Amino acid sequence: MTVVGTPLRRVDGPAKVSGRARYSAEVTLPGTTHLAVVGATIASGRVVAIDAAAARAAAGVLAVLTREDLPKVAAEPRLLPSLAGGPAPGESFFPMQDDVVHYAGQPVALVVAERHEQAQHAATLVAVTYEALPSLTTIDQGRDQAYEAERLFGGLMPARTERGDAGAALDRADVRVEAAYRFAANHHNPLEAPSTVAAWDDGRLTVYESTQGVRATQQTVAQLLGLPISHVRVVTRFVGGGFGAKAMVWPAVTLAALAARHVGRPVKLMLTRPQMFGSNGHREEQEQHITLGASRDGRLTAIRHEKLSITSPFDDWAEPATGVSSQLYGCENYLGVHRLIKGNTMTPTFTRGPGEALGVFTLETAMDELAYRLSMDPLELRVRNHTPVDPAGHPWSSDGLLECLRLGAERFGWADRPAAPRATRDGDWLIGTGLAAAAYPIAFFMPPQRARARIFADGSAVVQTSTQEFGTGALTMATQVGADALGVALADLTFEAGDSDLPNSTAAVGSAGAGMVSSAVHAAGTALRDQLVALATGDAGSPLHGVDPAAVTVTDGRLTAPGRPGAVDTYRELLARNHLSDAEATGGWRPPPLDTPHGLLTFGAQFAEVAVDPELGLVRVRRLHGAFAPGRVLNPLLARSQLMGGMLWGMSQALLEGNRTDPRYGRWGATNLAEYLVPVNADAPDVVVDFVDVRDELVGPLGAKGVGEIGQVGAAAAIANAVFHATGRRIRALPMAPELVMDPAGTDAR
Amino acid sequence: MTLVEPQRTGEGPVPLEVNGRRHVVELEPRVSLLDALREHLDLTGTKKGCDQGTCGACTVWVDGRRVLACLTLAVAATGHEVVTIEGLADGDELHPMQRAFVEHDAFQCGYCTSGQIMSAVKLIEEGNAGTDEDIREFMSGNICRCAAYPNIRAAIRQVRDRSGGQA
Repeated sequence: MTVVGTPLRRVDGPAKVSGRARYSAEVTLPGTTHLAVVGATIASGRVVAIDAAAARAAAGVLAVLTREDLPKVAAEPRLLPSLAGGPAPGESFFPMQDDVVHYAGQPVALVVAERHEQAQHAATLVAVTYEALPSLTTIDQGRDQAYEAERLFGGLMPARTERGDAGAALDRADVRVEAAYRFAANHHNPLEAPSTVAAWDDGRLTVYESTQGVRATQQTVAQLLGLPISHVRVVTRFVGGGFGAKAMVWPAVTLAALAARHVGRPVKLMLTRPQMFGSNGHREEQEQHITLGASRDGRLTAIRHEKLSITSPFDDWAEPATGVSSQLYGCENYLGVHRLIKGNTMTPTFTRGPGEALGVFTLETAMDELAYRLSMDPLELRVRNHTPVDPAGHPWSSDGLLECLRLGAERFGWADRPAAPRATRDGDWLIGTGLAAAAYPIAFFMPPQRARARIFADGSAVVQTSTQEFGTGALTMATQVGADALGVALADLTFEAGDSDLPNSTAAVGSAGAGMVSSAVHAAGTALRDQLVALATGDAGSPLHGVDPAAVTVTDGRLTAPGRPGAVDTYRELLARNHLSDAEATGGWRPPPLDTPHGLLTFGAQFAEVAVDPELGLVRVRRLHGAFAPGRVLNPLLARSQLMGGMLWGMSQALLEGNRTDPRYGRWGATNLAEYLVPVNADAPDVVVDFVDVRDELVGPLGAKGVGEIGQVGAAAAIANAVFHATGRRIRALPMAPELVMDPAGTDAR
Repeated sequence: MTLVEPQRTGEGPVPLEVNGRRHVVELEPRVSLLDALREHLDLTGTKKGCDQGTCGACTVWVDGRRVLACLTLAVAATGHEVVTIEGLADGDELHPMQRAFVEHDAFQCGYCTSGQIMSAVKLIEEGNAGTDEDIREFMSGNICRCAAYPNIRAAIRQVRDRSGGQA
């Protein structure tokens, strides 16, 4: 029986609902000590002196470490996205190497104590004297220092995309729409703060770490500490959410390892919630400016899309915002530019829907404006500009955009919508609906992905790869894929992950996890199955002896062949007859090359209905519908959950989430979950998710394109377009806070 | 109710009754119930999300009421019955709310789940799960960053409807 594609419940569900699933900070080793990190309270300047006497004298304190107590790291960290498969520092900087403070929260001292409370208290006793310099943390402070970046993503991607002559084409266009948006910074805030348990044994390091990439963490820590990679083991059983915060490797894990070496005992670190706002990157404050040119019949003739954002002193980092706007619609003239301002922040990082969530917001709200300008249905405008090929003329590896738009429109009831804005009322509430197309790029930066399959004499089997479970359902999906590939019952297969000792799979980021893991697991299961089938057909004692191996099918561990009715062998009997206690195989999947002649986007469509109270500025999302074409859906129950979560992240980005620094101090204004708003149950409407079935032969043997990001992309735009439809006003900033949404003074709301 | 002799510094024995078992834990007076459970009793099912009373991940029951373990001193729980997620199942038999959370995929990363379930069971007992509007409001002290909220509501509805309002 095929189990891939069925809504199998999470295999880790019972452990999670009964509190048995252990997350990284829940590993307690004999002799464990507790680490607290002291972060800089200034955003720019230097540490003049650290008086640690009071902290060292406090009860239970084992060590207070400043830069003078800490060895220099063995290598200068160099930012590289973890998807590339190598070491992946989140920034090209490691703290506590000199006295310079580059950003608020930058670690300046470490406190190790017997107890958690002792470490936390002693950390407050560390007296740091600073020489503060003026800081720069906002776009407004640094606008005149902006420069055009050459490369993004640690050099992996160009920062400028250009074809044709966008400027000239805009000048000639029948219709132009121009819009500029300001986006506040976002913080991932997974509910589990970054956590590390570090323990040394005879020069070898084991780290229990909340990470989206055990191999990335292993390689980064080894590089920074100058250890052989084989001497660092990273174990990650469960991760309490990532959303990009744990996609790269930040300094805390290595600091914990250094502290553990110093005290000669295991060290446990869980950063505090306020610290998390300055420990694992963020989605940078940014502005985007887009100009669309179109003919009277609505065909796009030119797009100019520019982004301006704050980065760190060390890295040219920007979420790439033009990967979709440069490809989604057929348009001959395009210019996409990323400009940066170096400021006193840590290097920003991937945040769910990285780059394109806001890039698509900008594109798709501008498309909505264009539709109104042309008096055209916004759905029809998208259909009219659909292209079956990417800008290089390569066909999409799989498409589905038009089907998503049509299915979503039908399910949402789009056709019943009045065209005019501010036309529908429900008591005090103005009602509006909006839509947006959604797309997210697929990038094959990763090295080959491997897994190992092993079957034992009793017919039970294990499949292993080094990925980790952070809520995506990787354990469940891989169990399904492994069972099908090997031909055993679900109950007979265990999938193991979360350990860098297991075969390589790359960090689960950018929606690549499902594709990478399923491909590797499929390859390993198939390799072992082929090995066993060959053993059976060559085994004189097998009922299948002499059968063409290609004609053998295996289900529930039973081997049969249509050409030999009634003949049945089993894995158990096969292994027993051949005196084998087990059999194993490694399987690998090599991703297509970066220059594969295919367009690579995952498509979807988003629909929203909102109610707006124009006097109070409240926006309530009443309905969210999404239709998505993510290739093969490995488990519809889990895929739907992830897409739903992404759509609600889009809602949150539209309405709730944003942080600002106080320019006087260069520190984040909100550093807790009371002030940094994330959705609660009352904020979340019911969500409808539909799938459009597309076959994709390129993205892996199972054809899965991933669902982690696409749910979020376009959701905020659909909501913003619905807010326009409700109110007749475009809100030019996210989040759309009440003071922006409410009618300006003097407007007659009635 | 047992009173603990106050101590200015250092650790002292603190009796705690958790999931029907009596423990005496050596604790400083400043230790939260959350840290006592996680770090001293190795009951790590109760999660630390914010340690500031804003996320609900540490929700446990004290004398049958839902409380935030991060804002409760362990010494204040002495003499009271504490129930954590580990005490909810009947042996290997999951509580109906635990089963409903699995059936409705009411979590992803699982880190908020203990707190959600401890709140959800009480919600029904309190009579605050009558409508979806009630569930939305009275479950809003438990943040789910994966945003499984619609599925959490579905799980709570199932238990409410099958139990006639009694969790």
